[in-house]
Amino acid sequence: MSAIPGTLHTPKQVADRRAQAPHTSMFTRMLLRAAVLRRRRAAAALLAMVVAAAVATAMMNLYVDVQAKLRTEFRNYGANVVIVGKDGKSLPADALTKVESAAGAGAKVLAVPFSYAVARTKDGRSVVVVGTDFTRARQLNHWWKVSRWPDGPNEALIGVRAANVVSPNRQPFELTFQGKTIELTTAGMLQTGAGEDSRIYLDQSEFQNWTGVAPSTIEIAATGTAAEVESFVRQLAQLLPSADTRPVRQIMEAEANVLTKTRATLYASATLVVLTSALCVLATLMGWVFDRRRDFAIMKAVGASERLVNGFFAAEAAAMGAVGAILGFFIGIGVAVWIGRANFHAPVVPRFSVFPYVFAGSVAVAFISAILPVTMLRRIQPAMILRGE
Amino acid sequence: MFPRIVYESFRHQARRKLLAGIAITLGVAVATAMIAVATDIGDKINRELRSYGANLVVTPQEDTLDVEVGGVNLKPPSDGAFLNEADLPKIRGTFWHNNIVGFSPMLPVTVKIGNGSGAKDVTLVGTYFNKPLHFGKQDFTTGVRITHPWWKVEGSCGDGALPRSGRVEDSPAACSWPNDGSRDILVGERLAAKLAKKPGDTLEVAGRQLTIFGILSTGTAEDDEIVAPLALAQQILGKPGAVRRVYVSALTKPQDAFATQDPNTMTPEVRDRWYCSPYVQSIAFQLQEVIPHSHAEQIRQVAQNEGTVLSRIKGLMLLVTLAALFASALAVSAAMATAIFERRVEVGLMKALGAGSLAVSAIFFAEALLLALAGGIAGFSAGALLARQIGHSIFNSQISIEPVLLPVILAIAVFVTFAGSATAIRRAVKFDPVFALRGEG
Repeated sequence: MSAIPGTLHTPKQVADRRAQAPHTSMFTRMLLRAAVLRRRRAAAALLAMVVAAAVATAMMNLYVDVQAKLRTEFRNYGANVVIVGKDGKSLPADALTKVESAAGAGAKVLAVPFSYAVARTKDGRSVVVVGTDFTRARQLNHWWKVSRWPDGPNEALIGVRAANVVSPNRQPFELTFQGKTIELTTAGMLQTGAGEDSRIYLDQSEFQNWTGVAPSTIEIAATGTAAEVESFVRQLAQLLPSADTRPVRQIMEAEANVLTKTRATLYASATLVVLTSALCVLATLMGWVFDRRRDFAIMKAVGASERLVNGFFAAEAAAMGAVGAILGFFIGIGVAVWIGRANFHAPVVPRFSVFPYVFAGSVAVAFISAILPVTMLRRIQPAMILRGE
Repeated sequence: MFPRIVYESFRHQARRKLLAGIAITLGVAVATAMIAVATDIGDKINRELRSYGANLVVTPQEDTLDVEVGGVNLKPPSDGAFLNEADLPKIRGTFWHNNIVGFSPMLPVTVKIGNGSGAKDVTLVGTYFNKPLHFGKQDFTTGVRITHPWWKVEGSCGDGALPRSGRVEDSPAACSWPNDGSRDILVGERLAAKLAKKPGDTLEVAGRQLTIFGILSTGTAEDDEIVAPLALAQQILGKPGAVRRVYVSALTKPQDAFATQDPNTMTPEVRDRWYCSPYVQSIAFQLQEVIPHSHAEQIRQVAQNEGTVLSRIKGLMLLVTLAALFASALAVSAAMATAIFERRVEVGLMKALGAGSLAVSAIFFAEALLLALAGGIAGFSAGALLARQIGHSIFNSQISIEPVLLPVILAIAVFVTFAGSATAIRRAVKFDPVFALRGEG
């Protein structure tokens, strides 16, 4: 109070001034002064808190989001659901629209129709011709190696093995189906290493004009958890009772397998990282509280109750935990977004739902690291601490 | 004097040393475990990705077109060329034979089932289920149970999944598939439903009475087909030793620009390097070398995607490992800084008695070195155990730690401990001894 020089200090004046001053309790003042006076130590403790909270946030965010990211990656394997007309019959004309309307709620669905026919070449050899929607097929089957996608009329995409039969020099060729002949030119070559190599792909409308055959298969890539995909399959089976809807087990099972393993590894790693961060906070905060044993001793010497002293250190820890958690949370979100960009080339969506966990965890760890040294100090006489022993 | 001070410091301040030591041990343990897991994750996930099935297919060079729509094969059965079954074990003789997880030959044959007016054409595929073979001194088993893990036989094999180790021998005994030498067949589930047949029934196939061993569910074309041991299919076709194609499941390295180059245009050294990298292209090249008149190609759906998935997961684990290393470094530094900060009075005393800053720092660094080495070794062992535990519980296989890692980990531990102590030591040394001795922190 001597900070205001040249004023008279009658008891009344002092009382008046105190009444006018902004009211801060002794408790808050002590908390603030402790932080301001030992800036460096307080900053170090807070930094540890922030870093730990940031790392924990980033890990939790990644753990939640990575599964969605990996599922999107796994959709590059192509369709995980297939609808086939029973006994090779065509699907109803509105099947594709029905599939797309069924997708509706949230699930991302890509549906590609395929229709098949066996045509004959000029020299009488059989070859499978497929009608499809090239724009969609291109999105679904990322692994197709295509030299050029057809974009003009009567252009066909030819599998590498089919090409040797129908058009070895990429010259125009004729195909016959039930007496109707079509002349096609080669737009590009298709290479997959599987059955597609022996087929010829045409645009669906051209194919249908020529053969009159409607799509008999719809391949669907549905993104979502296993349960979401299953319910989607059930829904489709109800919508299209005349067709056979089935999940592609090869894709679904392998995906579940890899995803489970990755998730478990990530979980174990994230737990280890979060525990290590907690350890870091514990070490720093314990030092910070232990270091202030003289404050502790003075408080007790001037008559503070046990409860007050405990409350003081606990409140300090809680405040530090809270501030650290909030700062750390936003930094952690930033780190998670960066990792998403660096690794998956798509930002990780910030999950604000992890905030309560980070917050509670930070405050709890801070609390423990404050209370532990205080209980140790309680057994020592204040006088001993003040004497520097 | 110097060793005695250090020694006495450890003897009398055991509690503080213990705290710092624990922090170092835990930090090093986490770092070791994470490094071990991250270095091994590629291999582990690569193996898990094999559950997508074969990534290579070997066909005869002179093969005719496949004419197949919806699982019905319209190609004349004897048309086209065949591979020779006797050449198959040679797959184990390729340079990357350890990377070849398994292979299954396929021989589709169109057969008549039933008799009289009820007869109809279906495709019968001959293959290996789990056939014991040997090449040179190696004995191994291979077949669809390894290359097509999603195939399930109803009633006889639970969920049909292979045990986690990927070794068929580890499956429960009740879990059985037809014997490769038998004349038992598996009927696809949709075909079985159409024929109203169940396991144990007999079915007339191409004039032979065969026992249905089980109902096969695959989710693909085989659901409408019959799957039989290869020898039986060859007998029906009348071509002993014939194989139409071979599916090969191999562990590969994600491909890069180098992988896709043409080996014929390479200089000898470059070609050797290409040949000795387990790219899917070079494995295909080697398969063509050992199987005469064959053409090996990657199945792009499987082969092209595994690289991306693998690199994503590896990248993720790398970043998580960096986070773990960062967190453990911070924890160790924090513990060391706290431990030294508490000892200002000691520093004051030493300085009051005439010790120079260098001597005082030397003592602290010596202590830090001892702590880091002890904590490092303890942490390395704990981390190795932790990594083993993770490998065991998640991948059901060993995550081994290279002993080479120990010096690296120790060096990192010492470095981090020094870095963590440096600021605290400098501040402790700079602190005025008078204040320190009066206890005014």
